[in-house]
Amino acid sequence: MKFFTLVWSNLKRKKLRTALTVLSILVAFVLFGFLAALRVAFSAGVEVAGLDRLFVRHKVSIIQFLPESYKQDMERIPGVDLAVFATWFGGTYQKPANFFARMPVDPEPFLDMFPEYILPEEEQAAWVANRIGAIAGRALAERFGWKIGDRIPLEPDIWMRKDGKAWEFELVGIYDGAEKGTDTTQFFFRHDYFDEARRWGEGSVGFYWVRVDDPERAAEVAAAIDAEFANSRYETKTEPEGAFVQGFANQVGNTGLMLMSIMGAVFFTILLVAGNTMAQSVRERIQELAVLKAVGFTDRGVLALVLAESCLLAMVGGFLGLAAAWMITSRGDPTGGMLQVFYFPTRDLVAGIVLVVLLGLVAGLLPAIRAQRLAIADALRR
Amino acid sequence: MTNPLNWLSQIASISRFSLQTIPERKGPSAAAAFGIAGVVAVMVGVLSIAQGIARTMQSSASPQDAIVLRGGSNTEMMSGLGGDDVKIIAEAPGLARSARGPLASSELFVVINLPKRSTGTDANVPLRGVVPAAFEVRERLRMVEGRAFEWGLNEVVVGVGAVREFSGLAVGSSLEVGGERWPIVGMFEAGGGIAESEIWCDAAVLQPAYRRGNSYQSVYAKLASAGSFSEFKDALTTDPRLNVKVIDAGTYYSSQAQVLYALITTLGTLIAILMAMGAVFGALNTMYTAVSARTREIATLRALGFRAGPVVISVLFESMLLAAAGGILGGALAYFAFDGFRTATLNWASFSQVTFAFDVTPGLMVQGLVWALAIGLLGGLMPAVRAARLPIATALREQ
Repeated sequence: MKFFTLVWSNLKRKKLRTALTVLSILVAFVLFGFLAALRVAFSAGVEVAGLDRLFVRHKVSIIQFLPESYKQDMERIPGVDLAVFATWFGGTYQKPANFFARMPVDPEPFLDMFPEYILPEEEQAAWVANRIGAIAGRALAERFGWKIGDRIPLEPDIWMRKDGKAWEFELVGIYDGAEKGTDTTQFFFRHDYFDEARRWGEGSVGFYWVRVDDPERAAEVAAAIDAEFANSRYETKTEPEGAFVQGFANQVGNTGLMLMSIMGAVFFTILLVAGNTMAQSVRERIQELAVLKAVGFTDRGVLALVLAESCLLAMVGGFLGLAAAWMITSRGDPTGGMLQVFYFPTRDLVAGIVLVVLLGLVAGLLPAIRAQRLAIADALRR
Repeated sequence: MTNPLNWLSQIASISRFSLQTIPERKGPSAAAAFGIAGVVAVMVGVLSIAQGIARTMQSSASPQDAIVLRGGSNTEMMSGLGGDDVKIIAEAPGLARSARGPLASSELFVVINLPKRSTGTDANVPLRGVVPAAFEVRERLRMVEGRAFEWGLNEVVVGVGAVREFSGLAVGSSLEVGGERWPIVGMFEAGGGIAESEIWCDAAVLQPAYRRGNSYQSVYAKLASAGSFSEFKDALTTDPRLNVKVIDAGTYYSSQAQVLYALITTLGTLIAILMAMGAVFGALNTMYTAVSARTREIATLRALGFRAGPVVISVLFESMLLAAAGGILGGALAYFAFDGFRTATLNWASFSQVTFAFDVTPGLMVQGLVWALAIGLLGGLMPAVRAARLPIATALREQ
């Protein structure tokens, strides 16, 4: 640490240049955090998918229905612990742009299936007691400023009511997510109310989640479920929840690759800028470095000095950038409701820290090697 | 500033002088230009996705087309029309007619699971059941391989976009629909429009396969002229037997693309702004370095009688020239890397896949160049002012 002052005063020599380099590194790492959060958003749910959960849908396509009676059939299959159904409701809340997922479910088994949706006990009881009761995720409730007791009307598009009116629900609970990646933008209401009031499709549901006793045997159980309903009018396709969610994310496209390419372009650019600055400042100080060597600094010592300087530069900019990214992403979805989850995962934060150090080392390497190889006599004569 | 001509010639000579010294500063100059090229390439690349989607949607629409959905629904997927409804719609005034009758195609729209080639995972591929008028309503549709399906038979034809993006759609193979395998007998093009992402068959055979009875989801209509839209719309919306929504094709397709377009444009712009900030810092660094490397030269020029204005402008000129080089390089990079790149994504509105090509338009390239010049201007301004303000005497003495 005794050379820290030396490194520090070298950085202070051209304050403006140092500041600009730090700022450009800072921006790069803000972008890094932002892109990491976007990647999470586009693969929403993959990381929090339950290992013991399977997703069951109609074999031909997800828009075809399955009978409600499959619940009992599935729960009889060995290895199946619980089966719960839900249906895609669609509909419009006030205007089409106010999109969020709305699904009728059976409250008690549903909450049992998804322990990551945390709903206070009294709100759970209120939901079970109220036929038109509905619950909303925290992010959704905040988006529209809903409070418990609010009436929420939904204009139907697929599911007309027998009486031709709009659907109306009473908000009885707001659930929180157990983890950062838990989707709290959804809206759930009661299947019994939905089934009774809808004009058509009575007794049919959209899809099922199935919990297995033993996650190790999930594939086996999935095959057993599909075999159970093979050659029936409603054949099924069962897969682990994570695989389904990943498949769904893939439908959007290879966003992961795209974001990685952007990140690659950014880092290439920043490396150019930072590396160039480092090279420049070493070039300007060749004589000084020669003096250092002349007074007894080893080749290795000079190498370390230059590397320390570039690492310090990278760390000041990089860590500030990561902190700024953390703050920006914790303010939530920048698109106003189009992304279900948006946060900077800890894993990527760690990767960011590693990248900061790597950036410092790579940017400093060429100038440092040059400083190390410096022949004292030549350099002093310049 | 007594003589503007003299002023201009001062600018020219200082600029030429500073440009001649760029080779001596090629590291920093190249770094700044490449940095800006990176920003422009990423921005143009991302926005070309939004452009590509918009173009696919737009080329589906002609001003003479209208779409009828059930009242209250915004997309075909959510809509539903009974067999009686579509008969009434086909009799409405304002429709174009052919020998076969009014050009109103009642259609059924469902999705089937097919693996995406790029990832191998299932995607929702649109399957459309049509009636004979469909081929007259969509005049740009033509078969490029095989033949059209036979009416009344379980046969399908596939769009070129769908064939490219999803596995198992080769002409001659077959497709599982409702527990049976339907042969694929042909492949069609539709002028780059959204129909190219779809699979088509006879609505009459799709209805029983999906247990839809005699119901449809939409009516695609060709109007007698673009002006007859309101006549057609008013007749249908005031008909007490119907509860429908009539939309002109332009509005319909742009509303379909809206969510995706907004999402990509918002995120793309945010990324570009952040990157541009980084590039401004890079450019500032380069130009400050350029100015400080030439402190003595500039001071000499000033001592010889060159004025401050030309010095400022020459520094700006250099930074904007570097920026323009970067902008052009970035635009060209984006064009060669992305333009025409084909892929498919999920259209949230219809819950099904739409295939499209990245579209690097001249407009986007110009936008990229404008951004590059703005970065150059911001990056050059302060260093330019510093150059002009250098006290001549001290600057001359600098080593």
